[in-house]
Parts: sequence; C-alpha cells; structure tokens
Amino acid sequence: MPDQPAPGDSSNPANALMQLSGAEITVQALIDEGVETVFGYPGGAVLHIYDALFKRDEIKHILVRHEQGASHAADGYARATGKVGVCLVTSGPGATNAVTGIATAYMDSIPMVVLTGQVPTPVIGSDAFQEVDTVGITRPCVKHNFLVKRVEDLALTIKKAFYIAKSGRPGPVVVDIPKDVTDPNIKIPYQYPVDVHLRSYSPAQRGHHGQIKRAVEKLLAAKRPVFYTGGGVVLGDAAEALTTLVRQLGYPITSTLMGLGAYPMTDKQFLGMLGMHGTYEANMAMHETDCLIAIGARFDDRVTGKIEHFCPHAEIIHVDVDPSSISKTVKVHVPIVGPVQSVLEDMLAVLEDLGGQPDRDALTAWWQQIDQWRGVDCLRYDRTSQVIKPQFAVETLYKVTNGDLYLTSDVGQHQMFAAQFYPFDKPRRWINSGGLGTMGFGLPAAMGVQIAHPDAPVACISGEASILMCIQEMATCKQYDLPIKVILLNNGYMGMVRQWQEFFYESRYAHSYVDALPDFVHLAESFGHVGMRVEKPDELEAAMREAFGMKDRFVFLDVVVDPTENVYPMICAGKGHHEMELPPTMSERELA
Amino acid sequence: MRHILSMLVENESGALSRIAGLFSARGYNIESLTVAPTDEPTLSRMTLVTSGNDDIVEQIKKQLNKLIDVVKLQDLSEGEHIEREMMLVKLRATRDDRDELMRLVDIFRAKVIDVTDVSYVVELTGASKKLDAFIKAVPEGLIIEVVRSGPTGISRGEKGLTV
Repeated sequence: MPDQPAPGDSSNPANALMQLSGAEITVQALIDEGVETVFGYPGGAVLHIYDALFKRDEIKHILVRHEQGASHAADGYARATGKVGVCLVTSGPGATNAVTGIATAYMDSIPMVVLTGQVPTPVIGSDAFQEVDTVGITRPCVKHNFLVKRVEDLALTIKKAFYIAKSGRPGPVVVDIPKDVTDPNIKIPYQYPVDVHLRSYSPAQRGHHGQIKRAVEKLLAAKRPVFYTGGGVVLGDAAEALTTLVRQLGYPITSTLMGLGAYPMTDKQFLGMLGMHGTYEANMAMHETDCLIAIGARFDDRVTGKIEHFCPHAEIIHVDVDPSSISKTVKVHVPIVGPVQSVLEDMLAVLEDLGGQPDRDALTAWWQQIDQWRGVDCLRYDRTSQVIKPQFAVETLYKVTNGDLYLTSDVGQHQMFAAQFYPFDKPRRWINSGGLGTMGFGLPAAMGVQIAHPDAPVACISGEASILMCIQEMATCKQYDLPIKVILLNNGYMGMVRQWQEFFYESRYAHSYVDALPDFVHLAESFGHVGMRVEKPDELEAAMREAFGMKDRFVFLDVVVDPTENVYPMICAGKGHHEMELPPTMSERELA
Repeated sequence: MRHILSMLVENESGALSRIAGLFSARGYNIESLTVAPTDEPTLSRMTLVTSGNDDIVEQIKKQLNKLIDVVKLQDLSEGEHIEREMMLVKLRATRDDRDELMRLVDIFRAKVIDVTDVSYVVELTGASKKLDAFIKAVPEGLIIEVVRSGPTGISRGEKGLTV
C-alpha cells in the first residue's frame, strides 16, 4: 500500500479491538470522523449500511425524497457550516440522481463525501440490476473518487475521502462501496486512522513570503486599487482577515456572487457585486483600476466579460490555494499560491513591518471617482409600481429579517435580484449555485442549512420554474419539521431565459412561459405546510412578517411579481466591464 | 509547440482514465500516451506527448498535477532529454523485394524478427522522426501494418524522476 495510516492509536482506543463488518465500519468511520448528519435514500446496494445505521442510532439520517435532494442538502449543510457534507445513496439510479448535486458542489468547491452503494464485486461489469459505473460517471465532477474493492480498505478510504474533500481547494469525493464489501457476516478488526498522508497530494500550506511582500508593495504603490474577492474567502474562513486588511488600507472592494458576505456588504467600502449583473461602480472600478488584487476568485466568464477588455490598466495580484486557477484565463503579475486566510494574515504582518501607507491623495481622488459612479444609481427600479417588483420583494425580505438570515437561492433572475438587493454582512449566509447554476438547488440546500442551524432563520428565494425541480422535498421538510420560508418570486416565466429572449431573440419567448402552474398555496398545504399568496406591493411586508412570525412552520409564500422586469445592469456577451446596459429609464445624459 | 510530459502515477485502476478524461474534458491534445509499471510496483510511469501554446501547456501541467493519482510530473521538453519510440512493421516481402528491404533494415539499424515466405516483421527503435523516415523509405505498397509504441523519454544526467 502506498499510503499507510500514521502510527498511533485510533481516536477511540476501544475501537482498536472491535470486530466490525463493512457496513458497521462505514457507520463507525462516519462517527469517528465526527459526522452528525447524513442525507440519504436507501436502496438494495446500501441496505447493509442502513441496517448498521439503524442499530447504532448515533448519526442523524435525513430521508430525502430524491437523491438530488440528498446531495444538495449535504452541500447546503457544508456551505453553512464549513464542515464536510455527507450523503448516502444506493447504486444505479441512486448514484445518477445524486450527480447533479455532486457537479454543483464540484463547481463551487464544496467539501462533500458521497457514499454510493454498488452491486457486489463479483457482478461488477455484468450489467447487473441497478448497476452503473459510478466512478466513471462522476469522475469529471469530483475532486476524487474511490471504488472500494476490499473491506480491509474501507476505513482508510473513508479517511482519505474526508481529508481530500476538506483540504486544499475543497470538493466532493465519491466513495463507491459494493454490497459484498459491507457484508454483515464478514468482520475484521477495525481501527480508524488518526491521520492520513498521500504522497501524491500536498495542498499548499503557506503563501510564498517574497511574493506576499511584492504584493503588499504593489498595493501600497497603487493609485486606483480594487479588491476582487470570491468564494474562496468564504470557504477558507478568511472573512475576518480580509475585512481587517481592506479596512486598514481603506480600499474599495467588490465580490463575486460566491463571495458575498465575506466582507460586510453594508459597509461603505463595498462596491456591490461585479460581473455580468454587477453594479456600475464595481465594474467601472474594475475597468479603471491600476492594481487589482483577486483573492479566492477564479476569473469566471460571468465575472470577466470579454477577456480582451478585462482590467486593461491593471497589474494583477492573485491569491488562490489552487495553482491551476492562477493565470488560467487572465494573465497574473503576482501569483500567490496558498490558503487565503494565512496569506491575508501574512499580508497584514508584512504591512505592519513595512510601515508604509497608501497614497492618500490618490485614494481620495479614486473614491471621488467611485462616488460619481455610484451616483448613477444603477440598481434603480420603479418603486411606484402597482405590481410587485422582484427587487422590492427582496428589499422587503431584508427589512423584515433585519439582514439576519440564511438565504439559499435557486437559479435565475431571483438569484441575481437577491445578490443585488440583500446585503449580507456575514459569510456563509448567502448560499447558491454559482458555477453550475443548478435550478432546484435552493429548497434542498435550505434543508441542509436548517438542519445545521435549527434555530436560525432560513429562507429559500426561488422562482416558480426552479422550485418545481425539487418540490418533492417539501415532504422532507414536513417529516423533520424544518421551518424554512420559501419566498417564491412568481412571474410565470423562466425569467432569465425570457430576459435573454427579449434581448437577443427579438422577444421570441420559446418555451420560457411556464403554463399550467400549480396552485402553490394548496400545494404547500397538501404537504402539511402553510401556503400564502401576495399580489399587491402594500400587502407584501405584512405577509412576510406573518410568514417569518410562524417560527416553527414551513411557510410557502407565493409572491406574484412583474413578469416584464429584467435584471440590470447587464454586460452582454462580448462586452467589457465598461459597456454595461443600464436600466432603460435612465437617460444617457445622466450618465455623463 | 510539442511537449513531452513524463509522469509517475499511482498504479491504480482509475489513474489512466482520469488522465485521458482530463484531456478530453478540457479539450487538450494527446498525440501519444504510453504507460507501464516501474521498478516500484505501486507506481506507473507515463509518457504523454501533447502540443499547445505556452499558456495551454502550463494549464495542462497544473491540471495534471492536481489529479490525486499523479505523484510527480516533469516536462522533459524543458531540458536535455532522450526520446525513444519502438515500432513493429509488417512488410510484404516476396522474393523481388527482399534485398531492398534488407538494405533498408541495415541502414536504419532495424531488426527482422519474424519471417515467412511472403513477409517480414521489422523492429525499429529510435526517435519518432527516424521511425517516420523508415516508413517513408519503404517502397510503396509493401507495408501491411504498422504498430508504434509512442515515444517514451528520460532526462539526461544523473537526476531522475523519483518519489
């Protein structure tokens, strides 16, 4: 074996003597790993494991209604806590149903361990009942995966899976376990490895000191600096260090969709989100900056716009734990590979050593320029509307919840409106599928969040198209009394698709109108929940207060919003940050 | 530009498909790929020939290094190195052509390793270009089949690619 467990006793010395079956090992390993909750759905290939789970009763198992719900819920749990999310599904369709959730977690670098049942080893490859090549199917959308062929390898493999999932740039790891490996009649001595070392995997532990010093010097010399931060700051628990550094320098900061909340969004130094639906001030600052520092962000195409127009005047510093993110799409001048938190702390230390100060005059002029851009009021919308504007709904949500909320989202216009109009002041509060853009993510993710934080207010903002993709999870919410609030921005359309069709297909709304919608109020009620519907702006706040007042109930609030509203600003395909489309009510003259 | 990448990978069942899958998923070129276990039975050595501009090759190397099964990677093209490829060629060798073919075998320092009344199998090892030249030199219509290993390579000097 190339990778031996480090010498030493198991964390629980009594375990060293235990004779366990593969099924029992699976459960015991999860317990030893500190796992409290597993999201799953039983089936033939995992029945031995479920039986072991039943007998131990130390792990809380949440029975979802579809395996996609299991992987999204484990993902939401991981995003809200920073712990590794765990799900357990059977072979074949159980595994394939989980794949969307695995790919979602992979694109957003979420630590997750997915245990999948597999047909017994002697029949692998024979097209057995509920057989699928799970390792093959998931290979392109996992950080790593394993097929465990011998019960002797099980404990070490699970240990490796957790280590890989949570270290370095996190990601989902699949462990495929054939049924005979979990045979209750074959028992072996069990010892959970305390530590694991993989000779082929050693994520960076610290950033290079010389590079960090160079970066700080460039930052101090900058005339028009901008911080551009992403999901890596949230994942790397670096929000505090980031906030200290940004405040100390007094520089403007913008964030990607995935990084929102790492720096307090209500703070005056925060420019709003950047990118395709970012604010005017954030995108213009990107276009004019002479020194960009990207932290835990990956220069995604939704952020950069056309690469040729990206930050044309800037020297770029990039901090990321994953070397393959650096200079992948945009050439970087000062690369720093390392965990974001330690690099930021090192930067603060270097800043103190150098004792240097930013160029105050230049900074004052830069802020004056930014304030001018802010004056454009790029998020303006019609506040006098007699129909509920989606932006107004999000603002009301913020008001009613005092900004203290875990908010999950589905994908589309409502997601962008939430990102623009709900300022999060803490990390891990804004939970959405950014990379993969998975409709159906919001509700099961909210289950994971609510289970992780039973007493916290949790809401899912969604659209009538997205919510139907995992609507069955309302039954799970009932079974476990999860008091989630669904805020449905119901415009009858796949709003973002409709918007693109309006802009780029001469308003030919091909199949973006969702005809024959259910009566959501009665639908929620049929699942045993509270359903509410609001159609008028002046009734919205009271309805939301009523919904959030029901602290122990799942409430489905169907908010009828303006079907014609579009998300602005928008950077259209092939355009740069300085070429935004602004809300149509604004004349070009006001811009100048 | 052409690059020859040499890798030590875990000798595990999924390793090859992870590497091949990475190239197809990200749209990188593979010109050739050879793999076999090393003197250390838990490790396989893989030699992969790819091409692309500097940015693409840099990204290929980073992505390969990121794979859990890749233990070590070296871009042989970055330094002095030796490449060898082996080829087996089955030739139509009837009486009239035998002398000419044997002359070619001599010139290229190849070997005839199988003979029938009407055919030769020729073994030839060398740089890929030499193998190309041999194929070109064989008179038209005499090649029955060609099998090539793809290049393998090793750096010059005392330093080795080891764990």
